[in-house]
Amino acid sequence: MRLSLSIHNKLNLIRKIKYAYVLALAFTYIIATPAVAEYGDVVINNYAEKQGMRPVIFSHWFHRIRYACKVCHADLGFKFKAGGNDITMFKIIDGQYCGACHNGRIAWSVKNCNLCHSAKPGTPTQVHESTAQELAIPFSKGAK
Amino acid sequence: MFLYFVFSFAVPPGVVAADSQQVKKNQVQKKPSSTNIESVASSPETYQPPALTYQPEEMSNILSSSNSFNRLLKISRRHQPPTEDGIHDPDNDGTKILQAPLEAFANLPKTPSDLGNGIDWVRAVDERFISPRWDIDDPTEQPLVMDMNIIRVPKGSIPNELFPHRQHTMWLDCSNCHPAIFIPKKGANQISMAANLLGQKCGVCHGKVSFPFSECKRCHSQPKKELVQKGARQ
Repeated sequence: MRLSLSIHNKLNLIRKIKYAYVLALAFTYIIATPAVAEYGDVVINNYAEKQGMRPVIFSHWFHRIRYACKVCHADLGFKFKAGGNDITMFKIIDGQYCGACHNGRIAWSVKNCNLCHSAKPGTPTQVHESTAQELAIPFSKGAK
Repeated sequence: MFLYFVFSFAVPPGVVAADSQQVKKNQVQKKPSSTNIESVASSPETYQPPALTYQPEEMSNILSSSNSFNRLLKISRRHQPPTEDGIHDPDNDGTKILQAPLEAFANLPKTPSDLGNGIDWVRAVDERFISPRWDIDDPTEQPLVMDMNIIRVPKGSIPNELFPHRQHTMWLDCSNCHPAIFIPKKGANQISMAANLLGQKCGVCHGKVSFPFSECKRCHSQPKKELVQKGARQ
């Protein structure tokens, strides 16, 4: 009876170890998985981090619900390239680029720094989850 | 050929057939008991299928999880709120104020492939789920939609590609594409999938913001007529 119990305990232990191992694997997978931000999120880090601010994240999905592509990419002159637009806070306050809407009249004003400058420090300029990023240029080499 | 003969002598086909018949008989004999147990254990009212996030639809009726391998290697965690999405800084106060994608996507029509955002943006506009402004100030201004389809014939056996102007002009202005990206003239544009994948031509938007290139058939949607005709002749 005792012998059988001990075997049972051993089996239980093995099972527990297996379970822990699987859990550990799952956790490492979750931690190791890359960023899962939304398709088309653009990180802009031309000047921000050099000036001591977090990089900017522009979310395409949020803006395209409200405005057609044409408004920014034709009327406001945004080029179709992440980091390809020379955007500075002076221009924004002057009403160019983001400042055309983010002026406190159409959308919240430039005073809310942290709403745009919200990326993790050190995030390079990129279009998140873009095909070019996944296929051609490794993320570590500053895929855009 | 020689090997075939050797194998055919080594294993006479009659033996294999008899063996398989026996196995089948055994299975038939065993079956009734196992079905009884299953029917008791999983009556349709009490059984609730496990909530697996990325189970393909045709698999949902199969109860065992033995074939639940993530065949498409899809990331199971998508549409995360900004605080958990990996690129927003969770320590930043502003991150917590930003809208979560799922909050916005809840009522929008989805694509069957679920690639990219997984949202059918064109249908969302067509069926008035959203009405993105065409002008920065004037909410009444309507886009100048041009309905003209262009069919391109690619090399090889891949189906022909249909470019609909309508779906593009409801979002974009002519000047966005012409003449910098595409010369507005028949046969003047050399487009290759290699260029597209590297972010040129169609890849300026597709694969970044609009639906990605893994949705082949949304562009390559027209059957190749020549191939069909050839097949009929033969």
